[in-house]
Amino acid sequence: MPELDALDRRLIVATQGGLPRVPRPYDVIGAGLGIAGDEVIARLRHMLDTGVIRRIGAVPNHYAIGYTANGMSVWDVADERIDELGATVGALAFVTHCYRRPRRLPDWPYNLFAMVHSQNRGEVTARVAEIATLLGDACRGHDILYSTAILKKTGLRIAG
Amino acid sequence: MSEAVPAAPDETDRRIINALQGDFPLVAEPYREVAAGLGLAEAEVLRRLDAMLDRKVLTRFGPMFQIERTGGAFVLAAMRVPEVDFERVAAQVNAFPEVAHNYRREHALNMWFVLATATPEGIAVTTAAIEEVTGLRVFSFPKEREYFVEMKLRA
Repeated sequence: MPELDALDRRLIVATQGGLPRVPRPYDVIGAGLGIAGDEVIARLRHMLDTGVIRRIGAVPNHYAIGYTANGMSVWDVADERIDELGATVGALAFVTHCYRRPRRLPDWPYNLFAMVHSQNRGEVTARVAEIATLLGDACRGHDILYSTAILKKTGLRIAG
Repeated sequence: MSEAVPAAPDETDRRIINALQGDFPLVAEPYREVAAGLGLAEAEVLRRLDAMLDRKVLTRFGPMFQIERTGGAFVLAAMRVPEVDFERVAAQVNAFPEVAHNYRREHALNMWFVLATATPEGIAVTTAAIEEVTGLRVFSFPKEREYFVEMKLRA
């Protein structure tokens, strides 16, 4: 676990809602915390290097940019091949999230989750077929769970 | 889909979105650097960014934190909710501040949500509390391994 001091935590709270859209955003954040913009930059850089920050950038609303079909594809992959195949699936351009998770037998036989965003369900189906081909006989079954409603979306926050 | 689709971004908006899905510069005047790369004025990039956030073409702009690296924990969870109880259960689950996202999905397991807690122990506590309130079993699917996560979609 990377070491985060109190100032890092205040910096997270100050920026988790987003960066200010002003010419010198790091100076503005620093002014709120009583530190220089350079210090803000150095701390953000360190958090990027240690993985506390995944990346800094824009998160598009996927519906707005035309990705209206959101299919969670789930796969029952042989345990001895899942890490090798999971990395291959995760590298596909249309897969936005790819994780290994535990099965919950008998209710849930799937151990690989790959999120596929596309323009429509037909395209999701085609892409899922591509994944199925890639997995071959290491895969014993799969399903696609389409989302039909967003019930809540507040994002992940740490308490300020 | 129950979510309203905002006005579509134009070609310049799309170029800005694509440019900002990489690493935003950690320099004193980062927008100027991004604008220069796109052949746009800095003020134009700022104005369009604000407009896209207002119109919800972008859900956010800034650092994406991995909460689990800050000492917190999160986990994907699902429930099998009887259709007649769906609204009641959705309200009960959403009332927990630890529930960050919640989606309805087409499957026997028809409610999928992400729990985010300040400590790893908080996950078990919250899961038990949700089971207690709803009377339904919570299946949890902790991440065992992450193969690739970018959440970059070409606009």
